[in-house]
Amino acid sequence: METPQIAQAVRAGERKESGRLNFILRKLKRYRALFLMIIPGMIYLIINNYLPMFGVVIAFKDINYAKGILGSDWIGFKNFEYLFETKDAWIITRNTILYNGAFIVINTVLAIAVAILLNEVKKKLASRFYQSAILLPYLISMVVVGYLGLSLLNVESGFINKQLLPLLGMDPIAWYTEAKYWPYILAIVNIWKNVGYLCIIYLASIIGIDHEYYEAATIDGANKWHQIRSITVPLIMPTITIMTLLAIGRIFYSDFGLFYQVPLNSGPLQPTTDVIDTYVYRGLMTLGDIGMSSAAGLYQSLVGFVLVLAANYAVSRKNRDQALF
Amino acid sequence: MKTNHMNQYAVHAILILLTAACVFPFLLLITSSLTQEQAIVRDGYSLLPKAWSIEAYEYLWNKSTSLVKAYGITVTITIVGTTVGLLISALLAYPLSRGDMPLRGTLSFIVFFTLLFNGGLVPTYLVFTEVFDMKNTLLALIIPGLLTNGFFILLIRSFFSTSIPVPIIESAYIDGATEFKIFYQIVIPLSLPILATIGLMLTIGYWNDWFNGLIYVTEPELYSIQNLLNRMLSNIQFLQQTNIGGNNSTAAAGLPMNSVRMAMAVAGILPILCVYPFFQKYFVKGLTIGAVKG
Repeated sequence: METPQIAQAVRAGERKESGRLNFILRKLKRYRALFLMIIPGMIYLIINNYLPMFGVVIAFKDINYAKGILGSDWIGFKNFEYLFETKDAWIITRNTILYNGAFIVINTVLAIAVAILLNEVKKKLASRFYQSAILLPYLISMVVVGYLGLSLLNVESGFINKQLLPLLGMDPIAWYTEAKYWPYILAIVNIWKNVGYLCIIYLASIIGIDHEYYEAATIDGANKWHQIRSITVPLIMPTITIMTLLAIGRIFYSDFGLFYQVPLNSGPLQPTTDVIDTYVYRGLMTLGDIGMSSAAGLYQSLVGFVLVLAANYAVSRKNRDQALF
Repeated sequence: MKTNHMNQYAVHAILILLTAACVFPFLLLITSSLTQEQAIVRDGYSLLPKAWSIEAYEYLWNKSTSLVKAYGITVTITIVGTTVGLLISALLAYPLSRGDMPLRGTLSFIVFFTLLFNGGLVPTYLVFTEVFDMKNTLLALIIPGLLTNGFFILLIRSFFSTSIPVPIIESAYIDGATEFKIFYQIVIPLSLPILATIGLMLTIGYWNDWFNGLIYVTEPELYSIQNLLNRMLSNIQFLQQTNIGGNNSTAAAGLPMNSVRMAMAVAGILPILCVYPFFQKYFVKGLTIGAVKG
């Protein structure tokens, strides 16, 4: 009595199975063009992004080109032990975090101040002109910034040594060999290059504020300073929070060009200009120390990953819609 | 109205000062390139040189084949990279924007994860040089910058899914249009603003790229304009550090003269300075969409 029922059930199951298979095949056929479209991009991401992700295992190997990358011996955490035994690991971590931390604070404050000023300009054309000018440095490559820096700081013919310091009655300074000046120089160059970008973003946010708030405040007798403190800044706070948290998420990565091109990759400046990115680059390209370099790189990637997740978590706590995920 | 705005004179005064600070190094670069060599040696770089001259540009025009070649390389990689990058990005973004696309969540995550984690310089370098053998090829200057990571794709995807009405796509499909036809006859024409913006960002990225040339190219034949500039800068660096002999050593080392050096840097930024005023609107848009929503 039971067998026909079981057979029936099995047949139904088979039908369901083949039904699902059919369904999948039909879907594949229906969407095959769309699947074709994503193939080039996916292949690209696999080569450019995913292969290197798996490639981080080389940090645990003693790379020997004769044996090939896959054939090189595993050495566990040796590379990391060497890295963290040296003073380098501490110096590059300290420099990276201090520089980026300072950049975040200074750039945010200046960008908001300039954005508020730009918003006060009544003439449209003038405002556009100022915006174009302060955004200009953001457009050019760091190599060219290196040249601009050189025209100012060149020891024998730079503008500062030849024109400015004599005016102040000071002696020329050998900028490219004196490490102590570089935290300030790099901060100034970074401000010069990036404040325009941040400023445009805050300006977009300020323009979005409803004018009625300001009109009501004016009627109530609030002066400009009060309005900035009690209306402008609180209302752009969401943007400030997001931009700052995103920057904190990237605090372990520095602008390689800034630290490599502007100090002209100068050895004597390394104590104050060496960051994780320049250290990794030098290990790979000039010293040929792949083990150390890849260990520092993986250290950066992992801490960076954790920081991005943490920053995003903080953003999503603040405002669900603004979070990346 | 008067109470609603700050003192306009003060506002303009501060902004003019800031503008001057932003533009000053560019002006110095340009005047330096137009200064007589002896004047630079005597007085240094100056905004108002005592002796003007276009000898640096004449020298570049007559002597420097490497500059012309580098321009050729830069223009090639910029055009090819921007076109291919834009095409691949749009092709990948479109299916991900379609609500009915199977596996949409998984595929989007694959794109998105590239923003969170990257393998770093060393594995990337080894993949391109050891696995794909791209050292000293034009491809090494183009491929790494095509998508870089999934960021632009996500921007294009969100534009597609918010700005292209689904009924249009559906009715076109019912009328018998293939997916590819829908893509290039409906989706692309409706998305020109975002594609122009992303294209502009890619163009600037390729024009300014010196990093890929620095690590993948050692052959001077393949130097882009940025790499040529970079090369000259690293030669100067040696002299700055040793700090011996003054400007005579520069001449002795066979390096270009001070003004020629600056003239080359001008050549590197001139095209961007020329087109910037016309594209400023798109550029600003690109920056703000990128920041506000990823």
